[in-house]
Amino acid sequence: MELIWLVPAFPLAGAIALGLGRPLTGKSAGILGSAAAGLAAAAACLVACLFVAGGQVPYTVSLWTWLDLGAASQAIAFSVDALAIVMILVVTIVGFLIHLFSIEHMAGEEGYRRFFAYMNLFVAFMLVLVLAGNFLLLYLGWEGVGLCSFLLIGFWFRDRANGAAARKAFLVTRVGDVALLLGMLLIAASLGSLDIGEASRKAQSAWAPAGSSSLAMLAAALILGGALGKSAQLPLHTWLPDAMAGPSPVSALIHAATMVTAGVYLVARANAFFALAPQVLEVVAVLGAATLLYAGLCALAQRDFKKILAYSTMSQIGYMFLALGASAWTGAVFHLATHALFKSLLFLAAGAVINALGHERDVYAMGALAKKMPLLFWTFLAGAFGLTALPPVTAGLASKDAILARLWYVGGDARLLWWAAMAGVLLTSLYTFRMIFLVFAGPSRRGGVGASSHEGELGPSTTIPLIALALLCLVGGLLDFPRLMGGRPYFGAFLAGALPTAPLPEADTALDLFLSLAPLILSLLGIPLAWLIARRGLERRDIAPKGALPAMAAIAREGFGFDRVYAFLFVRPVLRLAGKGVDFVNLASEGLRGATMRLSGLLRSSQDGRPRRYLGALALGALLLLAAVLI
Amino acid sequence: MNPADLELALGLAALLFVIGLAGMLARRSLVFMLLCAEIMLNAGGFAFIVAGARWGAPDGQVIFIFLLVTAAAEVAVGLALILALSGQGRGRPKGLDADEMRRGGD
Repeated sequence: MELIWLVPAFPLAGAIALGLGRPLTGKSAGILGSAAAGLAAAAACLVACLFVAGGQVPYTVSLWTWLDLGAASQAIAFSVDALAIVMILVVTIVGFLIHLFSIEHMAGEEGYRRFFAYMNLFVAFMLVLVLAGNFLLLYLGWEGVGLCSFLLIGFWFRDRANGAAARKAFLVTRVGDVALLLGMLLIAASLGSLDIGEASRKAQSAWAPAGSSSLAMLAAALILGGALGKSAQLPLHTWLPDAMAGPSPVSALIHAATMVTAGVYLVARANAFFALAPQVLEVVAVLGAATLLYAGLCALAQRDFKKILAYSTMSQIGYMFLALGASAWTGAVFHLATHALFKSLLFLAAGAVINALGHERDVYAMGALAKKMPLLFWTFLAGAFGLTALPPVTAGLASKDAILARLWYVGGDARLLWWAAMAGVLLTSLYTFRMIFLVFAGPSRRGGVGASSHEGELGPSTTIPLIALALLCLVGGLLDFPRLMGGRPYFGAFLAGALPTAPLPEADTALDLFLSLAPLILSLLGIPLAWLIARRGLERRDIAPKGALPAMAAIAREGFGFDRVYAFLFVRPVLRLAGKGVDFVNLASEGLRGATMRLSGLLRSSQDGRPRRYLGALALGALLLLAAVLI
Repeated sequence: MNPADLELALGLAALLFVIGLAGMLARRSLVFMLLCAEIMLNAGGFAFIVAGARWGAPDGQVIFIFLLVTAAAEVAVGLALILALSGQGRGRPKGLDADEMRRGGD
């Protein structure tokens, strides 16, 4: 029970040791960082085993008082329940594998030690985020991961573009963070508690009677704002494609597996507030569906290998939000877990490919890599099958199936969302296989970035994480397999202690078959279509696009102009104001300073040391006195 | 001394004082400022004597003697200072310009 503090303590200690340890040179820094993450994973597994063995009783471990404010005191307290267990397992295990991968992947980079220090710090903050029992501690972790994201996106800071990408990520997520902070303050002010469990209970008794009171809606909407920013959902999504400026392991860990899904975790954790505000929950679903389709279309038009994956992440998180909106809490968390597996695998394999090709990221310049890089190809394919929910890889198959089925059963207007999700399934298959065909199949291109390349010497620290993640993808879905195929919802049952669940309706084999086969058929249909798109794109890659379709593709490549609109509405006005040196915040203090200066100037002129002025003033004064006496 | 003469004499004293004050304000040279101070002092002394004559009291003349002594001391010290200052200047005795002295005589 008391072991839980060890889980975040290991990576934190690792980060401190790496941050201070100048003598750590060469690979020892990577090994130390990976060991810290590995120990955290071991501790997390131990905690999970004890939790299951102890009958899955949620408990809270209070370490020390953080802020001693009398009645409003806040403690550093970790609360462990099924949801937290799932999250710490995902964060530490995937995190450990990515650390392991980075030992070799990042070898020879300037700032190797710094990289592992940041990565360890990130894992520590992420664990604080998911273990926090109150909103304040959660917010500490929330901001901490944001900071690490900023530091790691700008890891190669000598390139100005990377610094700009890091700042963009930081500032855009900050918009959401402010909303979350306001939501927390609202909860603290009106419910008098920041403890998540206690606030949830109080909210149910205080806000429920009025149906959906405006306070409940406001609180849910503000929390949602924070989640949208962190999880790169419309309309706060613009930072994620730029965040690909960071190293690939960073993209895998932060911008695919853990941090960007923190928004999903937050909404699931605060489910009581959303349950009180059904309208906000509808907004969650609609935004999820919109992001899902939007990001799918964008991914279809990208040329940058990692940006395809970035938009894909956005789209998959759209699925999770869709599930949250449909109150399929466990489905969303399950997809979060499986997505962490297959998307980090995709990012790691993509990073290895990009490294092998000498940092070439344009998919049109790759090609025919399947034979040259067999290991990367097969592991990437395993991840891709997970992403498109195709058997035999079970990770995505089971989780996406669960979400789609749940959407169908909600009925009513949600049926529309189901259709959107099905369109998303087709889009996922299209962009995934377009990417695979362009990168791994076809002729090698461009006088040979691909021609002369080969996998190179992939050491065990690279291959083990890839193979381990691929195996986890293969079997991961079995935890909660669709009942049609004889599966049992172990995962859902496990989470039932932490999240509200609604049982599926009575089994109807025909309907179940339809619900499972429809996405499968759409995904399979996407493969030949993707081949056509890939070939067409390849033929036309160097000629200026003409016609409606290429023009649309160009717009989609730019993310449908969100960046331009934001630049016009927010960035440029602020920059213009800044350029003029107008600082509204300073106006008050500047005014005070100016008035003081002017007043003191008046006084100073009586002391300027000119004898004639003194004399004149003396004479004037005498005259005035005389006049006063006479009159 | 009849009242009409008194007014005339006091008017002369006031005129002298204003001349001295105007010179003090207008002149930049220390020598002339010292001269103007003497004129103003004399204006004051003259007013004392007139007043003494009008009311037949010896106090006015006594105070004038005091004034003379003060003026003599002032001139002695002031001229000595001016001489010392002008000795520092090279070529033109610019050290005598009161405004320039304020600026440090550069």
